Amino acid sequence: MAVRADVAAEVTAILAREALLDPAQVRGDLPASDLGLDSLGLVEAIFAIEERFGITVPFNANRPEASAFGTATVGEIIAEVEALVRARG
Amino acid sequence: MRRVVITGAGTVNPLGHSASETVAGLLSGRAAIGKLDIPGAERLAVRIGAPVTGFDAAAHFDRRDLALLDRATQFALVSARQAVAVSGLVALPSGTGVIIGTAGGGHETAEAAYRAVYAEGRERVHPFTVPRLMMNAPASRIGIAFGCHGPTFAVSSACASANHAIGLAFQMIRAGVAPAMLAGGTDAMLTFGGLKAWEGLRVLSPEGCRPFDRARSGLVMGEGAAVYLLEEREAALARGARVLAEIAGFFMNADASDMVLPSAAGAAAAMRGALDDAGLRAGDVGYVKAHGTGTRANDRTEAEAIRAVLPHGVPVSSTKGAHGHLMGAAGAVELLACLAALRGEGIAPTVGCDDPDPDCGLDLVRGAARAAKVSACLANAFAFGGLNAVLALRRA
Repeated sequence: MAVRADVAAEVTAILAREALLDPAQVRGDLPASDLGLDSLGLVEAIFAIEERFGITVPFNANRPEASAFGTATVGEIIAEVEALVRARG
Repeated sequence: MRRVVITGAGTVNPLGHSASETVAGLLSGRAAIGKLDIPGAERLAVRIGAPVTGFDAAAHFDRRDLALLDRATQFALVSARQAVAVSGLVALPSGTGVIIGTAGGGHETAEAAYRAVYAEGRERVHPFTVPRLMMNAPASRIGIAFGCHGPTFAVSSACASANHAIGLAFQMIRAGVAPAMLAGGTDAMLTFGGLKAWEGLRVLSPEGCRPFDRARSGLVMGEGAAVYLLEEREAALARGARVLAEIAGFFMNADASDMVLPSAAGAAAAMRGALDDAGLRAGDVGYVKAHGTGTRANDRTEAEAIRAVLPHGVPVSSTKGAHGHLMGAAGAVELLACLAALRGEGIAPTVGCDDPDPDCGLDLVRGAARAAKVSACLANAFAFGGLNAVLALRRA
């Protein structure tokens, strides 16, 4: 599962960069809301992830609950990105 | 102190191509939001919008003139012609000025030029690209059309542009700087690039604009313009003008806190300021035309501000569910709902609000227009960048 590890590491790195955190602090069980990202920071992180993996994350700031980026943990965000990468093929 | 009245109104927007058509549309609860049919739409994540349909530019302008007019300027010019026609004035008073708000200016022109040189590898753009795309093109073209030698410029404050333009024009007449002003807003950003830019912020709704609804999912982009003729009241009455409403007060301020998130305190201060400027008390206000974008961030914040300033309760509606968010033209087109309310035609309903968000706690006019005697009202506009501009109007 080398690809899986890559996605996890890269998503973690992007989130850490946008949140001005050390990647080691971006643990899987950390709620996204605890990353300390403001609304613009979150949108920038999603943009960076979309550009890196060639995917479209279904995130709407008015309905954050529809995507892991709005309400879930870092681990669930990684799972969502992995699923989108698999669906992309 | 000089008083200021509105004696002419004109508009081109998704609901109609005149003030009367638009007011009829607003009161009927009709929505002019639909599928976008623009080049490249298949590459857009959000494919709905509120375009101006059935606008035949060639019927309004000759071919040579059209080469100089971006779509936003076309909308503004046609609106201004209507406003002057409604006013009954054959010639505008000497020293009349023009202030037109716009968020995007000649956006379509800029985009076409960039496409030509970047995407298509062409060596040149249309020679009139600069005079077409500049922000002041709508104001200047209106001034040229009506011989306005007074203060003329553009105002750009995103979604509050039109309210700033009308508010400044009001202040100029009140201060004796100009005897009359043409003021309003225009925008035409329903282009592939314009929509892509908005898509990036992730605030567009994929299904429709539902202000203050529990299930609201964002804003819907629209396009259009509205322009008003403002006159000094005594002069207007002396010539027997039909007065549509009085602009009684205006207040503008800035949150100075966040580029995209609104502040309830800033919005409330702007509403209070407009009331004070107009010499109105909270109890005098019979209607608030909300900014009401249908976004999570705006609606709750604006509702909090309205409740703070008008704690006794007041009928509120947002018309963006009917015509979308007209950006720099929003406050101008939406002012027609205020004119309708003050003239006793009814309060326009909040189209798209079927299940009011209980956290907003407002007396929302929805479903159908509400009959009410409104002697004064507030018109809110709040912009990205934290800019607030509120107009207070009184029945003529």
